[in-house]
Amino acid sequence: MADAILRVEHLGKSFGAHEVLRDIDFSVNKGEVISIIGSSGSGKSTLLRCINMLEEPSAGTIYFEGRPISYAPKDKSAFRAQVGMVFQSFNLFNNMTVLKNCMVGVEVVRKDSKEEAEARAKKYLRQVGMYAYQNAKPAQLSGGQKQRVAIARALCMKPDVILFDEPTSALDPEMVGEVLEVIKELANEGMTMVIVTHEMLFARDISTRVVFMDQGVIVEEGPPEQLFNHPEHQRTADFLSRYRNG
Amino acid sequence: MGATPTSFTGWVSFLLESFGPQFVKGTITTLELAFAGTVLGCLLGFLVGIVQSITVDRHSSPISRVLVKVLKAIVAVYVEVFRGTPMMVQAMVIYYGSAQAYGIDLNPFVSGVLVLSLNTGAYMAESVRGAITGIDPGQLEGAYAIGFTHVQAMTRVIIPQAFRNLIPQIGNMFISSIKDTSVLNVISVTELYFIGRGVSSAYYRFFETFFIISMIYLFLTFVTSRLLAIMERRLDGARDYELVTDPEAEVA
Repeated sequence: MADAILRVEHLGKSFGAHEVLRDIDFSVNKGEVISIIGSSGSGKSTLLRCINMLEEPSAGTIYFEGRPISYAPKDKSAFRAQVGMVFQSFNLFNNMTVLKNCMVGVEVVRKDSKEEAEARAKKYLRQVGMYAYQNAKPAQLSGGQKQRVAIARALCMKPDVILFDEPTSALDPEMVGEVLEVIKELANEGMTMVIVTHEMLFARDISTRVVFMDQGVIVEEGPPEQLFNHPEHQRTADFLSRYRNG
Repeated sequence: MGATPTSFTGWVSFLLESFGPQFVKGTITTLELAFAGTVLGCLLGFLVGIVQSITVDRHSSPISRVLVKVLKAIVAVYVEVFRGTPMMVQAMVIYYGSAQAYGIDLNPFVSGVLVLSLNTGAYMAESVRGAITGIDPGQLEGAYAIGFTHVQAMTRVIIPQAFRNLIPQIGNMFISSIKDTSVLNVISVTELYFIGRGVSSAYYRFFETFFIISMIYLFLTFVTSRLLAIMERRLDGARDYELVTDPEAEVA
């Protein structure tokens, strides 16, 4: 527990009468790669959005490096600067070039120099294979390219952990591979990550831990070989068999 | 005085010759009014639109919550009043009211700019609010996710995109303003229509005079809309981008 970067205790979230998350206990340790799997509507994305304060939990507490996170506007931005997020729909800034997308957070939020921001942006664009496209606007890129830029943008902030919200779900099948490749490389470098995904093979390959969610609760979690090969709960087994036969 | 013209075209050229400098002066005044009114009005509209789109939640400080509430109430009243009353009436109230109630002697031109700006601002405010709320919410989430504050997200990401989408509307406002300057004749601003009234009564040639005046308005609005179309294309920037070769890439 000492190493936990993020810890979620008794987290609950309701939209009106609709309860999306119930009593979630969950923690992320340094260097872990955690995949969250589960059917649509199981609350996976909402959990991630709560962790990044895009949704406010109805109950429970989130701890970041041992301290409960604060929702005061100033603390919120400081927290988010340390926790990267990659969205299903990329959310690159349409009014900026690829390079500027990666630089703007470094300059405005981290307050590093322009030279530093540019150097870092280029470094991470190179890493995700998008260096050549630095002068393009998001609208001129394919989905896979956009997502790789979005990952570079998150990396530029030097986050302690990156949250991925279904990073390949909006992509054409032939583009899924290039994005997963980039994420895999990050895993090899020891980046701490939480990935909500429907890519079972990928989750199995790169995760240190897999979490299965269903109907707003964590049903079970464990190392990938255990969860995929010997699930403890019937619900997990049912879900996985749907995928295998699907 | 020599022979007076007998035909329509004769009168038109006679009036143009005799009153040319006055038509030019009226045209310039009209353009100045419309330009100043649109620029100031758009600035005002952006401010009001931004105020209207501020959101506070229970984590905001009590002071900012009260402040936002008061600001929103003020701008709501402003928009209602200026959209809900005729501009001609506003001109009278502002020009004569400022002198009578406050002893401020605004000159007609300044009053005219004020009335036009306040009107443009009231109409722009709604469009700005619409343009801001119309931007994909993902843009805001993307900005929040890298740690932008609400103000930073607005100024760096949302407003630049909203502004681009508003250019056609700003063009519309400018064209409306060119035409609306004519109502300012009621406070004796020497704009085109006011000039037209003076010129027409010199020889009682109303049709010919106002034909000239209408052609000038049409010319102004036509040229304006063409210029705006060009500007819009320019702002969109290049359709292509250049690939950059990486100096550190390994040579294959």
